[in-house]
Amino acid sequence: MNDQLVSRFLWMVLLVGATLATPVHAEFVVQITRGQDTAIPIAVVPFSIPPGASPFDLAALVGRDLDGSGRFKSMSRRDMIDQPHSGAEIVFDDWKRLSSDYILVGSESVPAPDRYDVNFELYNVLTHQRLLGYQIHTDTAGLRLAGHQIADQVFKAVLGIRGAFATRIAYILVLGQVPHRTYQLIVADADGEDPHVVMQSSQPLMSPAWSPDGQKLAYVSFEDKLPSIYVQTLKNGARVRVSASAGVNQAPAWSPDGRELAVTLSNRAGNLDIYLLDLATRALTRVTHDPGIDTEPQWSLDGRSLYFTSDRDGGPQIFEKSLRLGSRGARRISFQDSYNARPRLSPDGTHLAVVTGVGGAYRIATLDLAHNGDMQVLTHGRSDESPSYAPNGAEIIYATHVGGRGVLALVSTDGRVQQTLASPEGEVQEPVWGPFGSE
Amino acid sequence: MKRTMAMSLMLTGALLLAACHGKSAVKEQPTAATAVPANPAATTGGTGSGGTSMTPLGADTPAQLAALAQSGNDAPLDERTIYFDFDKSEIKSQYDGIVTNYAKTLSAHPGLKVRLEGNTDDRGSREYNIGLGERRAQAVRQALMLQGVADSQITTVSYGAERPAVEGNDETAWAKNRRVDLVYQP
Repeated sequence: MNDQLVSRFLWMVLLVGATLATPVHAEFVVQITRGQDTAIPIAVVPFSIPPGASPFDLAALVGRDLDGSGRFKSMSRRDMIDQPHSGAEIVFDDWKRLSSDYILVGSESVPAPDRYDVNFELYNVLTHQRLLGYQIHTDTAGLRLAGHQIADQVFKAVLGIRGAFATRIAYILVLGQVPHRTYQLIVADADGEDPHVVMQSSQPLMSPAWSPDGQKLAYVSFEDKLPSIYVQTLKNGARVRVSASAGVNQAPAWSPDGRELAVTLSNRAGNLDIYLLDLATRALTRVTHDPGIDTEPQWSLDGRSLYFTSDRDGGPQIFEKSLRLGSRGARRISFQDSYNARPRLSPDGTHLAVVTGVGGAYRIATLDLAHNGDMQVLTHGRSDESPSYAPNGAEIIYATHVGGRGVLALVSTDGRVQQTLASPEGEVQEPVWGPFGSE
Repeated sequence: MKRTMAMSLMLTGALLLAACHGKSAVKEQPTAATAVPANPAATTGGTGSGGTSMTPLGADTPAQLAALAQSGNDAPLDERTIYFDFDKSEIKSQYDGIVTNYAKTLSAHPGLKVRLEGNTDDRGSREYNIGLGERRAQAVRQALMLQGVADSQITTVSYGAERPAVEGNDETAWAKNRRVDLVYQP
């Protein structure tokens, strides 16, 4: 188990290191706007760093990840009376007195130039039980990912939920003022750090969508002054234009098997309908046949039906349509409020996150598919948009406005924990969370 | 009428337009491993080359069309933009004059084309807004065709909320962004 885990780590470290280029120098400012009073106290003790090693502060990154989830509260270093680096050095009674439920300790060693062995152990302070003990092999560039992986392990060991800290997000960043805007497609770590520009244009970029294997992004580009859908491989930057029909080419959504895209196209009269695009043959299959706006398709987990936005009943609402041959009708599944759009399915397939119009404001809500579309509004902004679930289903990332500027925000799916990630410049739009294990 | 052509403007107009149509879409990233997208604009949307072409006698020359387009597109904003109410795509009567002007010019110059760019404010869902912007562009297309403009002279594009005319998050800004821009193309 240990070996298997470590080799998987190593592979991911190597791959992520080689995958992305164009670092953007940006420090995200995390602000937790609503916290959870039941956050679990944990001590994340600074790891020992041998002389000559990178000063990168692994423990600080782990603490930020855990705090950012809202489910943990890491102890301030000023309050630590001791700095153990292994289980044998922990005096449990001291940490019990400091009201810490868990303690994470670790050490780095440098067996060769630019090689790191990172040991870490997690203990339950009350029972003295060791919950985790692993070694990660990596290099300097991989230390950040190693930290996210340690946070993932702690999250899983304590909460029983797979952590999603070592995953990535994509979003659109708009720089400059009209009419001199620059649109960037950015891929970053899930905490917003280490952002890389993967595409840039003076014309709009929209609707990034991760392939199920996390290797590619589909998106809409207006670089020809008309919308086209592209698929870009992140590893080498190779781009393929997969849809450039006359009229609208929008809202790409990958099928669960990665072979098809659901897309929105229009006819000459400007009627938007949803089609399936086979990526190998480029064959199109029409799915919706309605004179209203049908768009924002999203596949069901089994790939047998699509959720989408349609204004066939007046305002935009969420519908579901079977993809079975000969299936005609679509079933409306949202009924609360007059505006519901952009459905995004939870990883377990039980809920849709949507943009809902509430008294002139636009907010993120979840819609319970098992209970007649019961909705819970999670956010409190004026113009919140583009929800996307974390692959573990614990959080939803979306775009909101703070001080008139578009920024990234996160909300736990129970609505109790909220935070914003303010980028240093530009307007953040359409964040999408990548899948687990993009290796 | 200000859209009559001035001969002295014709050549410069054509040159300016040609310059504007250069590849401006994609800036390449000076990076090693990442997506350095090639510029597909270079291979699409170009005019045909080689061979011969036939033009009806008395038709506008390319230079005349270019000057006509240039002068129309240089007109004040309120002569080439139609604004819409929130979540609406009906053309209000105050814009009948703009529609009639464009219809007359396009009917008189069959070689001239117009591009209708539909836009929305930035509230709500971005992809749904693409649908709304397209609906607005189509409303203007229908109005032009009702006044005799040939379908082949009209193209539409929806930018949704992605290309606002002005920055801002209040009703003043939103009202200026819910619009169709009429753009002549020679």
